[in-house]
This record gives sequence, C-alpha cells and structure tokens, in this order.
Amino acid sequence: MAIEIKVPRLAESISEAVLVEWLKPDGGRVGVDEPVATLETDKAAVEIAAADSGILRHARRPGETVHVGDVIARVEAAPAGEPEAPAARGGDNGGPAERAGEPLPAGRPQVADAERVLSPAVRRLVDEHGLDPARIAATGKGGRLLKEDVLLHLERAGRPEATSGAAAVAPGPASEAAEAPAPPAPAARPPSPATPTDEDERVVPMSRIRLRIAERLVRAQHTAAILTTFNEIDMSAVLELRARFRESFEQRHGVRLGFMSFFTRACVLGLEEIPELNAEIRGTDIVYRRHVHLGVAVGAERGLVVPVVRHADGLGFAEIEREIARLAAKAHAGTLTLDELSGGTFTLSNGGVYGSLLSTPILNPPQSGILGMHKIEKRPIAVDDQVVIRPMMYVAVSYDHRIVDGEQAVTFLVRVKERLEDPERMLFEV
Amino acid sequence: MAEPRFDLVVIGSGPGGYVAALRAGQLGLATACVEKYPTLGGTCLNVGCIPSKALLDSSEHFAFARTQAAAHGIRAEVSLDLAAMMKRKDGVVRDLTRGVEGLFRKQKVTHVQGVARITAPGRVEVEGPEGRRALEAQRILVATGSKPVALPGIAFDGRRIVHSTDALSLPEVPRRLVVVGAGAIGLELGSVWRRLGSAVTVIEVMDRIVPGMDRASGDSLRRALEKQGLRFVFGASASAARVEGDQVHVTVSAGETTREEVCDVLLVAVGRRPYTDGLGARELGIAMDERGRLEVNEKFETSVPGVFAIGDVIRGPMLAHKAEEEGIAAVETMAGLPGHVHYEAIPNVVYTWPEFASVGLSEEEARAQGREIAIGSFPFIANGRARAMGEREGQVRILADAKTDRILGAHIVGPRASDLIAELALAIEFGASAEDVARAVHAHPTLPEAVKEAALAVAGRALHI
Repeated sequence: MAIEIKVPRLAESISEAVLVEWLKPDGGRVGVDEPVATLETDKAAVEIAAADSGILRHARRPGETVHVGDVIARVEAAPAGEPEAPAARGGDNGGPAERAGEPLPAGRPQVADAERVLSPAVRRLVDEHGLDPARIAATGKGGRLLKEDVLLHLERAGRPEATSGAAAVAPGPASEAAEAPAPPAPAARPPSPATPTDEDERVVPMSRIRLRIAERLVRAQHTAAILTTFNEIDMSAVLELRARFRESFEQRHGVRLGFMSFFTRACVLGLEEIPELNAEIRGTDIVYRRHVHLGVAVGAERGLVVPVVRHADGLGFAEIEREIARLAAKAHAGTLTLDELSGGTFTLSNGGVYGSLLSTPILNPPQSGILGMHKIEKRPIAVDDQVVIRPMMYVAVSYDHRIVDGEQAVTFLVRVKERLEDPERMLFEV
Repeated sequence: MAEPRFDLVVIGSGPGGYVAALRAGQLGLATACVEKYPTLGGTCLNVGCIPSKALLDSSEHFAFARTQAAAHGIRAEVSLDLAAMMKRKDGVVRDLTRGVEGLFRKQKVTHVQGVARITAPGRVEVEGPEGRRALEAQRILVATGSKPVALPGIAFDGRRIVHSTDALSLPEVPRRLVVVGAGAIGLELGSVWRRLGSAVTVIEVMDRIVPGMDRASGDSLRRALEKQGLRFVFGASASAARVEGDQVHVTVSAGETTREEVCDVLLVAVGRRPYTDGLGARELGIAMDERGRLEVNEKFETSVPGVFAIGDVIRGPMLAHKAEEEGIAAVETMAGLPGHVHYEAIPNVVYTWPEFASVGLSEEEARAQGREIAIGSFPFIANGRARAMGEREGQVRILADAKTDRILGAHIVGPRASDLIAELALAIEFGASAEDVARAVHAHPTLPEAVKEAALAVAGRALHI
C-alpha cells in the first residue's frame, strides 16, 4: 500500500508553495523521516520528509505550485526481499528491475518528460526563450502548461514578451521539440537567460521570496495610509545601564545584553497604551490583540526576513535577548519555520546596524505599525540650555493612518523615548 | 404487484433525460426513464432540434437547386413536394427515436410510458396507457424540459396561430408568414418557410436578432438573412391576433403606434418556459425561482433531498447539449464520480444559412467584465474553400485576452459554423491561446482555415487578407 506524501499545513495564511527540488529521485529508496523534497513558500524554504520507508514515486514536478493537502509523492512498500536501505541510489533513477511491473502513481495525470506534449504557442515560447518547461508552473487542465503560464514566467523573470508584436517575427517551432523537449534540470538551478543581453546588464530571475517581498511592500503602499512620525532618543541611560550590567547579564543568562530588549520592552509598554498600533484592519473591523507578537526584521542572505518573538509582552529582558538571538541565528542559517515567520502584530526594524541615520520604515501588512531604529551618533544637543554631547538615535514610527491617529502615533513614540531615556520607568511600568 | 425498486428514476426522455438514463445504466444503476409521449427523445428528437434540422437541410437543398445550382452549371426544373419533404423528416425522427429505444435496451434502462408525478421523495406515480403504477426510487432526476410560451392575448390554434412544434408540419407553404421572435427558433423556422416560398416578416421586441449573442456577428447574420428576403421589424411586438377566414390579422405595436399585419400563418417563437405541470414539484415544496425554474445546487440536487433536476427546467441556456452534459454530471456525481459541467465552454448555434455558432464570451460580455480583449476576424470571402462552395457570407471572430492571449470567445457566421465551432469550444475547454490555434496545422483547402486565420488575426498577422 502506498503512503501519500502531502503538502503539510505550513502556517496560517500560507496555502501554496513551490516544489523547488526533489532531494530524492523518482523510484529511489527513502527511509522514515528522510527529507525528500524542498518546498519554498513566500516566507521560507521547508523540507518535506517521508513518513514511511519505501520507494519514492514523484507525483509532481519541480517548479510546480502545490497547495496544502496536495499529494506530491507516494512511498510504495519496497518489493519483498530487498533491503530497506535508505541510502543507496542517489542520482540513479532506480534500475529497470525495480521499475518493472510497478504501477505509476495514480492521481493527477503526469506524463513522462519524453512524451510531454506542449501546445504550439508554448512550444514556440519555450524554444524562443530557451526555457525548461518542467520549471514553469502549469495551471492548465490536467497539469498542462498554458501560454499564459509561460508569459507569466517570462514577466516574472523580467523578460515580458509582447503578445502580438513579437510573434510576428518569431521563427516557426522546431518540430522535434514536440517529441523531445529538453530534460528537466536536475536541481534548483535558475533558468539561464537565453536572450542575449547587453554587456552592461545581468538578468537574474527574482527568487520567490524576493518576489513576495516585492509584492507585499507594494501592497502595503497601496492599501494602507502610511505616515511616519520621528523623534530622537538620548541613549545615555541605556548605554550606561548596559555597560554596568553587560558582564553579569551575560554570565547569568548566557546571552549578550543588546539594545533590542530595551526597545522591545519600551514598545510593549507603549503598545499597551496605544493598542491601535498593535491592531489590524480586517474587512470593516478593527481587530485588537491581547498580546504583542513582535516581528524583528533581520537581513538574511535570501532577503529580509521578519521572525516573530511570540508573546513579547510576557517576556523579560533575558528571555527577549535569548529569543532574538535564536531567531537571528536561524534566519542566517535559513532554517526559520513558517510558524516563526508569521503572526507578528508589530515590527521592530533596526536600520542602525547598517549605519542608517534616518529612514521611513514600511508597514508589514496587515500590521498597523513599525518602529525603525537607527544608528547611535554623538551629537551636540541642548540640555538645560547647555550644549552637551550625547549619544543620540533618531527613531521613526510608520503607522496606518486608517486606524491610528497622528496623536496616538506621536504619543507612542514619545512614550518609547521617555522610557529609553529613563529606563527605571520600565521597572515600574510608568 | 410488487414494483422493483430503482436506484434512479429519470422523468423525461429528452436529450437531458435519456442521456442521463444511459449514463446511469452504464454505471450499473438500476434505472427507469418515464416519458409521457409514446416515443422517446423529448422535444429535441420529436418536435425540436432534429425535425427542424431535417427541414432546414431539405429546404436548403431546395433553395440551392432553385437559386444557386445554375451558377454551378447545373440546370434543372425544380418543384417542391412538401408532403415528401415532411415524410422524410418524420422518417428521420422515427429512426432516431427508435434508436434511443435500442440504446435503452442496451444499457438496461426500463422505459415507462406515462405521466409522472412525484408524490413523495423516492416515490413516482405514473399514469400511463396501461393504468397507474408507482415506482420506488432511491433518487429521482427531473428532466421534463420546457414548452413554448404563448403571448398574452394570442392563443395558439394549431393551424393559423402556431408554435414551433406546429410550424414543423404545416400542411402547405404559407404565402405570408409572420414570425414573432428573432431568436434561434424564429430565425430557423422563418428560414425554412422563406426558402420554400413564404414571404416572411420577423417581429422582434429588441433592436437586433439573436439578442444575447455577439452583436457584430448577429448584425452580419441579419444582413445575410435580409438578402435572402427575410424582413425584420425591430422594437416591435405582437399585441393581438385574430383569425378571419384563412387569414390572421396581427396587431403589431411599436411604442405608441400600432398597425396591422395580415398573414396566413402566425408563428409565435418568443421563448420557452420550464415545464413542471403535474409534476408535483410545488406540492412537494421544491424551491423554484421567479421564472418557475427548479433551483438546484452544484450537484443538481433540488431543495428536496433525493430529487435532482437538469436541463431546461433549471437555470442556464435551454440547449440540448447543455442538458446532456448536466445529465451526465448529475448521474456521475450520484455515483460518487467527479461530475462537472464547464458552462463557459457551451457552444450555441443558430442553424440558419449562413449558420451562426458561438462559444464563450461575446464582445459585449467581455467588455462589460472590464476585460482587455484582442479581436481577430477573418471573412469567408477570403477563404478558398468557401469560395469554391460559392459561399461569401460571414466571418470568424475570435476574442482573446489582450495580455495572456487566452481565447475567451468565438463567434462564427458562415457555412458550417455549427461544425467549425467545435474546434474553438475544445480550445476554450483546454485554456488554449489564439496562438495555439493559429499554430495548429489546418488542412487546405478547408473552412477551418478561416478559424486559423482569425486566430492569426488576433495578433494582427492574418496571412490571406
């Protein structure tokens, strides 16, 4: 009896993913819990493991979009007499003996590459642009590739084709292409741009995560009424406290005392006072949150990710620092889970680590607020009518003016400022 | 006598009902099909699609022999034998209805003659020539179809004031025929009698023929029909009619003005209504909409569990092939299979000459949906085969999404449009782009080349014009 490998429920609000690559070949042997495929969602790459050991039968191909609950593969019981060694065949697609007599996986009709028939327009586009059809997400009947699928693929890769114009000079399709399209690329290699580009340009298709970041940022700009308010914070007190307790904190808690814990606490207290900044618009309702799940923007290799410190309102300094350190390490390793990436209610973004003096952060929809931290710089300021030099930081809060009033956003930022300039306030929550 | 219990009782043996019964038999369901008329096939086979096409084909031959044969170098004395033409039509109907009986035997469908009434869920009483019997059924499928609608104040008399059924068997060619309604039925029957010699006037309340179909194509069909001598009066309706001797005096109202039109036969073809008379649907509490159609869910089940309905008695176009697909989908769903009807890809044909066939969105519908469309059009006058046939009327119009090139609709006025549309219905069914059709090889010289050229024209690169 074959065991189905289905797309698991990845996280709230995530219903689809792209099957990036097979880690185990069709017909190969897999062991229990052995990763067989990589799925990439808008937020992270996830490995899917086999629930049982046996022979893996792919049901979907790399590049396809899959949905939660879709069967991507089946694991069939290994033929009797053969050892259930999970290692074995690597790239080998299974010997003929193993193949013989075994039924193809049922379900969604999938034709073998050699007999995969492309429609004439798809064939022309694929030939013209040197594309691997196996790597294009197909939406047609029975998993067929439509012309619009290829056009979308090209558009995403930054090579849109004019529907009517370009066709006029297109060469006719090579007839052999129908019978034997190029075999699919074995791994997740980005399709190579076939159209010769100018020496000055380098065309690289956007990764799905990058695409999604782009989409989300533009969506935020389109839907929310984003406004930003600024303030500056004298960081003397925080720096002083930090210097005083740095060693003992690290010894006691095993984690560095950074600025993030101060800012997190200050934000949590500010959000309790201004709950609109921790709320979201859902249809015509405003949804207020009992807790603060604080997104912390981390620049990782594959793009900016925003892991979430859950229930930040219930955490102490040490717990906050530990959690942020843990999430940052996972972000850099690319192993964040979808749950760790979703459900944030407010975001902290520290552009200061890159040296930014001032910026207007952009909302992370559907959140209604984000606080931008910047670099600490010694500047002359006036204190009691005296010019003094103080370590200063500009801070910015961007907010969705649809549910947050200007006064509320300004008040929030003033509260954050007061608490950081006078951290004892946080002790007494005043 | 103990009646056998059926898995499915189908009420009505039109194309929806009999096909559903056949599919049910194929799937191994114990099936009965109740039909009130002695012959199977319903409106379509007996008094609709089939006899009208038999007459359309016969009258086309007659018109060809009279008006076009000479151009082909054929000289002949042509005269009409209406009785023989009607006899041939009846023969075609007889053969096909008997064919359905044979198919029922093959799939072991029990044919029950009589008028069915659903007395309770799972129970159908049939009043037949051999008395009354009650059928027990796990499920009931209502496929009772539709009946012609009469105009208020104009009663059918079956001789001078007739509906489509009577117009298929007029005993002689009326000198003057007035048709009310420029839909498919009015145009087809108007064409039959025009070709056989009647002076035909078509009265339509809207401002165009075949309202609801692609306007530009409809207009081109109107011009072709006018050339054949059909006369159209738009924005008008028949408000009264009286028979005086052998003549019908029709009161034609257009806005405030009325005038009288005199004819030998008045054909009222203003539409059909769902037929549920005596079915017991109302008594059973089956939900109906304001037009008397049974309401069904996506499984074609009515508000009464176990009672299903398909075809003309439910929402959607009143087309035989739509009813067939629904019947198949309904039965497959009952059998636990994934039945589905793709309503966007249902072709619709007007069997005039030239024919008018369409599938998918009309230009007006596409624009109303706010879609950016690209239209490719190719006239038959530029198609080699059409010219060889002596056909010059009409064109193929293909509507595609301007961005994705996906075909959204196709509208063909021209020779054999009814056959040509199949290619484009298949294209829409498979989400094909216009380029896909343009790049498929089409035999030369054939009418389908016009389809290919129209597909090329979507991208502005038709070759033969």
